[in-house]
Amino acid sequence: MLDIVITVIFILSVAYSIPAAKVGEVSAAAVTSCADAVELTLNLAGNMALWGGFLRVAQKCGFTDIVNKLSGKVLRPLFPGLAPDGAAMKAISMNVTANLLGLGNAATPLGICAVREIVREENAKSTTRNIAMLILLNTASIQLIPVTVAAIRAKYGSVSPWDCTLPIIANSAAALFIGILAVTAVFGRRKANVGISGGAAAADLRNSYACGSKES
Amino acid sequence: MEEFTKGAAENLRTAVELMPTLILLVTAVGMLSASGALTAFSELAKPIISRLGFPAEALPLAVIRPISGSGAAAMFDSILSRVPPDSYEGRVCAVLMGSTETTFYTIAVYYAAVRIKAELPVFVTSLTADMAGFIFSALTVRLFY
Repeated sequence: MLDIVITVIFILSVAYSIPAAKVGEVSAAAVTSCADAVELTLNLAGNMALWGGFLRVAQKCGFTDIVNKLSGKVLRPLFPGLAPDGAAMKAISMNVTANLLGLGNAATPLGICAVREIVREENAKSTTRNIAMLILLNTASIQLIPVTVAAIRAKYGSVSPWDCTLPIIANSAAALFIGILAVTAVFGRRKANVGISGGAAAADLRNSYACGSKES
Repeated sequence: MEEFTKGAAENLRTAVELMPTLILLVTAVGMLSASGALTAFSELAKPIISRLGFPAEALPLAVIRPISGSGAAAMFDSILSRVPPDSYEGRVCAVLMGSTETTFYTIAVYYAAVRIKAELPVFVTSLTADMAGFIFSALTVRLFY
């Protein structure tokens, strides 16, 4: 599906650029963007290494157990089929906490750990549902302190740049609620049909060491 | 120290695996922004959207938000340089910017990390939430101010 999306984007941009006389801009963007992507991945790699290491230390000293206990009541019902005190739930709770605190640099690496743990832990039946729920929790992005938005508002002379905080939280919560309904509607009824398409890869991943949970 | 490096090493390996997907996605998005197709689409949809009470200024932001994070931030910045930040339009943009995320990027990265193909359902559920976020943002701002 993602390959279709990317293909459509490529075709659309090339097709539109010809009548709009922007062929030069588009080809220039292609060259700079792929270099940007490498830089982006390098930044992400640094963050992933840092937070992957942090997560493993946090797991060893029991910090993730505390976070998981605090957030468990809210998060557990959203992820059926995951062990309440398993590595996947712990990684999810860390990921959600990072999102809440607005630690964008930490949220993605911790989310990647969480998605790996979900695949390692689960039977194929509910894996896709739980990954969809995790992605939803990340894209609806409930954030307690909207730093970026407030900074840009302050830059253009807003009287109180932070007064958008409550509306943003309310709006995220409403969108998240609709998203949860959508996940239940899409995956709830036909759980058995929605298996993993890359089953072999998932099994391979299950055996490999992931994000600090398995003793090695 | 030993625990830290173990966790870090594993995640570095995952980052390398992510690179091809990210190169493809970021390049495609960069080309799309440069082609001006997004702006043209927003112009086309403006009359319909503003009839529904959604400010026309916020539409290009709503279109680019799920696709590109840095693109959306730049767009938000340029909108606020034209529209007062404490106006209705400015506030809708702020709520929109703060309450949604780059959905396509998140899906691409998470699925690539576990080597599973992202199927249609996950796009449906995430984009439903995004759509709800866009529609609610205008309602929320009216409710709060």
